[in-house]
Amino acid sequence: MLDVLQNLGRVTLGFFQRLGRGHLFLLQIFATIPGVLLRPRLVLTQLYAVGVLTLLIILVSGLFVGMVMGLQGYNTLVDFGAEDSLGVMVALSLVRELGPVVAALLFAGRAGSALTAEIGLMKATEQLSGMEMMAVDPIQRVVAPRFLAAFISLPLLAVIFSAIGVYGGYFVGVDLLGVDDGAFWAQMQDKVDLRGDVYNGVIKSVVFGFVAGWIALFEGYDAVPTAAGVSRATTRTVVHTSLAVLGLDFVLTALMFGE
Amino acid sequence: MTEPVVQIRGLQFAHGERMIFDGIDLDIAPGRVTAIMGPSGTGKTTLLKLIGGQLRPLSGSIRVYGEEVTQLSRKGLYQLRKCMGMLFQSGALLTDINVFENVAYPMREHTRLPKALIRDLVLMKLQAVGLRGASTLMPSELSGGMARRVALARAIALDPSMVMYDEPFTGQDPISMGILVKLIRELNDALGMTSIVVSHDVRETAAIADYIYLLSQGKVIEHGKPEALRDSSLEWSRQFLEGRPDGPAAFHYPAPDFRDDLLRGGQSK
Amino acid sequence: MNNRTVEIGVGLFVALGIAALFMLAMQVSNLGTFVSADDSYLLEAGFENIGGLKVRSPVTVSGVRVGRVAAIDYDDEAFEAVVTLRIKSSYDGFPEDTSASIFTAGLLGEQYIALEPGGSMDNLADGDRLQLTQSALVMEQIIGQFLYSTSAAKSGE
Ligand SMILES: Nc1ncnc2c1ncn2[C@@H]1O[C@H](COP(=O)(O)OP(=O)(O)OP(=O)(O)O)[C@@H](O)[C@H]1O
Ligand SMILES: [Mg+2]
Repeated sequence: MLDVLQNLGRVTLGFFQRLGRGHLFLLQIFATIPGVLLRPRLVLTQLYAVGVLTLLIILVSGLFVGMVMGLQGYNTLVDFGAEDSLGVMVALSLVRELGPVVAALLFAGRAGSALTAEIGLMKATEQLSGMEMMAVDPIQRVVAPRFLAAFISLPLLAVIFSAIGVYGGYFVGVDLLGVDDGAFWAQMQDKVDLRGDVYNGVIKSVVFGFVAGWIALFEGYDAVPTAAGVSRATTRTVVHTSLAVLGLDFVLTALMFGE
Repeated sequence: MTEPVVQIRGLQFAHGERMIFDGIDLDIAPGRVTAIMGPSGTGKTTLLKLIGGQLRPLSGSIRVYGEEVTQLSRKGLYQLRKCMGMLFQSGALLTDINVFENVAYPMREHTRLPKALIRDLVLMKLQAVGLRGASTLMPSELSGGMARRVALARAIALDPSMVMYDEPFTGQDPISMGILVKLIRELNDALGMTSIVVSHDVRETAAIADYIYLLSQGKVIEHGKPEALRDSSLEWSRQFLEGRPDGPAAFHYPAPDFRDDLLRGGQSK
Repeated sequence: MNNRTVEIGVGLFVALGIAALFMLAMQVSNLGTFVSADDSYLLEAGFENIGGLKVRSPVTVSGVRVGRVAAIDYDDEAFEAVVTLRIKSSYDGFPEDTSASIFTAGLLGEQYIALEPGGSMDNLADGDRLQLTQSALVMEQIIGQFLYSTSAAKSGE
């Protein structure tokens, strides 16, 4: 019994310690960002690794999600004779929820895990220590550019996901199932609000980009510097990012769309 | 005597429960080659990291160029490290850039030298370690010994006033070993560098070192000039320097008696 | 990694992202059909009951959209809802006795305001109030009236 309590205490303390370390880490990143902005090339390279290389999976998934929604939405709506509202349904779900959330989940799997593994391995092979001894701050040189890249990439990826998804829905709904072309767009434009829906979706993805970058980099930086440690950290990145994104999505949705 | 470059007093350090250093005093004289020797696992690498400010001691003071490393702010520490070079035991090369870029890295980070000049400097350093021809290879394409030499070239890239070499000779063939020994000695004499060499190669180290510290089990066992240590009154020092298997210096990591361990058979603990 | 590839890749990526945002703004949402403040004028109308009318609901004339509902308030002296309409300035020729009704698009669709021009010579100007209005049909009331009238008819027999 005492053992259980002791373990519980240790786990709890460990949790808070990590939480504290995570926040200190974030502050360190913030402190170095002005220096990073003076060297935009560092961020550019990372934008390529983090954003451009994730683009393909985002495009393909966005297209398929949009097409599935077109199909499912049509089958449901046609029973009520409301298939003209297909555009609204597809666009609203994408812009408000699926775009930011699914893009963030894919991002965690494609880019987040890669970031964690990269930083973790750099730690395990003493590259980070080596930089420190060369009087180069690895947070500024390695971590902060990757954080900025994640923060910038995810919103872009999310809007790309939504846009291509709408076209996917259009393709299935209008081209294949015969929904009226004009009704599809007109109803959509009527119901989708730039500020209320599009902007809020973008804000969500900005928050998700921040969180995804933070978790991935912290897990890598804090990883136990061994093969097993890095692999565990990579798994944790994907799991924690996904949970954080879904949880935050609920909170943000409640704040934005709740009356 | 002149002020020592590194002055360590009453240093205590532990990895978790395990005490690595239990009260160490150590002085590194300027412009000299000081060797730190001791059995594997005594904490020589740890000592270098403590001097570089990457680890914080439990207690005691570490002064480098008069600055108390244990009290320095992050910024002060980075400032101080600019005049230190360190060769890591593992090399610690940046794996996503090639050999040339690795050596150029500290120059690009800390100086505003023109490109052409950096190129010349890098090639000079690589020439010194015999790897100018390998400048376009990636670190993953190097052998262990080559990687170590590239790391050495990087450590001296900025001509630091103090260099810490963590096992520079491991994995080198006799020829490159001889060249590295000479290189370290020459850098030290020509540029007035202060060198700290951690090594197990007794003969090479004794040949270039001006002064030797012998560490074991968290203590400085003995220190002095190489000749003096060879005729030391301590059995331990003589055994270690001569590399004899039996004597007071233990080869094993602390463990319960071997025979007991075997006799206990399947039961663990 | 080649510098050129990185630069081109990132350039394309950012351009694609901005294009997508632009597409969401113009094509998917209503920015394209947005009535801006300096390109429009306001009218007011009082209704006994606005039913499910919302801010941003469409305002139409003969089925053509001419504006949107800009605001909905309650006037606690006249005890009625006051709806502010934002009309595109290109449609500025409505007679003074134009009437406004709240209709429902389809059986379950959204509600909108339909304007019906009258015969007056004078036109409405910015800030004017429509005098003739017809409230939304509330389903419960209609059903209630229907039940009442049938039961009244029965008891009259
Ligand atoms: N991160 C760590 N956590 C716990 N213990 C550690 C850690 N790093 C090193 N140690 C322990 O500290 C001791 C000293 O390690 P160190 O690497 O300094 O040895 P060393 O003298 O450099 O050995 P070698 O000559 O083999 O390189 C070792 O016994 C090791 O078990
Ligand atoms: Mg070592």
